[in-house]
Amino acid sequence: MARHDVESEVTGSVWKVLLEVGAKVATGDVILILESMKMEIPVEAPVDGTVAEILVAPEDQVEEDQVVAVVES
Amino acid sequence: MARGRRRVVEKVLVANRGAIARRIVRACNERGIKTVALYSEPDIGAPHLAEASETYPLAGSNAQDTYLNQPKLLQILRATKADSVHPGYGFLAESAEFATAVIEQGAKFIGPDPKWLAQMGDKVAARRLMLTMGFPTFPGSELITDLSQAASEAARIGYPVLVKPTGGGGGMGMERVADVDGLEMALTRAKAIAANAFSSTGIYLEKLVSQPRHIEFQIIGDGRGDAVHAFERECSIQRRNQKLIEESPAPGLAHDEVLAIAEKAAQVCAEIGYDSVGTMETLLSPEGEYGFLEMNTRIQVEHGVTEEVTGIDLVGLQLELSRGAKLPERIDRSGFAIEARIYAEDPESFLPSTGRLSVFRPPVMQDVRIETGYQEGQMISPYYDAMLAKVIAKGHTRALAIGRLLVALKGFEIKGVATNQSLLAQVLASSQFLHGNIDTGFLDRG
Repeated sequence: MARHDVESEVTGSVWKVLLEVGAKVATGDVILILESMKMEIPVEAPVDGTVAEILVAPEDQVEEDQVVAVVES
Repeated sequence: MARGRRRVVEKVLVANRGAIARRIVRACNERGIKTVALYSEPDIGAPHLAEASETYPLAGSNAQDTYLNQPKLLQILRATKADSVHPGYGFLAESAEFATAVIEQGAKFIGPDPKWLAQMGDKVAARRLMLTMGFPTFPGSELITDLSQAASEAARIGYPVLVKPTGGGGGMGMERVADVDGLEMALTRAKAIAANAFSSTGIYLEKLVSQPRHIEFQIIGDGRGDAVHAFERECSIQRRNQKLIEESPAPGLAHDEVLAIAEKAAQVCAEIGYDSVGTMETLLSPEGEYGFLEMNTRIQVEHGVTEEVTGIDLVGLQLELSRGAKLPERIDRSGFAIEARIYAEDPESFLPSTGRLSVFRPPVMQDVRIETGYQEGQMISPYYDAMLAKVIAKGHTRALAIGRLLVALKGFEIKGVATNQSLLAQVLASSQFLHGNIDTGFLDRG
């Protein structure tokens, strides 16, 4: 089992968390959606696997490169 | 001024931020009108705060807590004894609720009567009004109530159709549908969305026009049966329904046809008694047909383009109309003006870019106008839209206006955030654009 950090590409806030820990994901599946400068920024699974951790909740502030979730493959 | 009548528009609360807040402060300063400027925590250091007569802090950062916070703004209106509120664009500019509350406090809302904000904010009601008034519209439906009604309406309109929220705008929540199966899926999704985002609004259908141009008409009404137009703007260069480049006149159009629509737009506004500046947005099909898109009941981001070719001060006119002034008798247009919007975003990934403006040096050039609410050293936060500046160039030919805009974009030094300057320059220098060969899909097609 390899752990893959999922990072935010922008500074912003968490708008919606779409998946729960344990959810199966394919590469490119949207795990959560951030909001920055009135734009929705989807955060996608980097690999096929399972969501192991969701580290943020709606309305949390996030920084660029912050780890927001972990996917295990 | 009649004796005993209260003087109005002596002190304006500027209920906005950024470039338009600064533009309003400037228009007020030019007329000796006092201003109250507002600032949220990320906006400390904005240049217009030093240019306003008074400033007032808004605690917090999110739009909801600050520039959209109606109780707070109304409290500031009372505390500062401003006699008018200018809402700018975005935020509360089209909120009938806010405008009504301002008026109920005895202040002037610098914009149209709240009934126009409500009617034009309801896209089905706006469409119906334009149909009644004989303004060109593309086929569309009334409010959708169920799938069978939607299916028969879509069949009448003809696929492909757009499923649109009645309270939308800026392309929010629109969906393209090719057949009846797609329609059913879109309605199911719209229903799910309606449970949260568009809770107060329904959906309707409109004919999808392929490869349209976005042509809009600036109108000004006095609410007493008179209205004038200030010609058209071409705003087809968009990305995900956000405008990037706007110009006037629109290139390559039959002059008499576009003028006829402009006159019709003014006539409609006169007949309905519209009482402020506004914009009738239309789509122009490749076959040369115009159809109503929506009416914006406020000053627009791209108003400067019209100001540069007509010499009319649209923000100043809003203030003067609120003071009871008459409409300009005659509006002429000369030359060409073109605007580019600089956004804080990566030109390739299009991701928004935040940070400190370590360098921010607008070019100083003849026939180039810069509208910005930022200055060097300021933080660009994730809380508001990504527009850093509007650059407007003019010339006696379109090619010269474009050339000046290119020089200005290249000479605008910005460091600390990524910007779309290179993308704008690429579009402006393309032969397609130079030939006026544009439509709203120009950028999204890549």
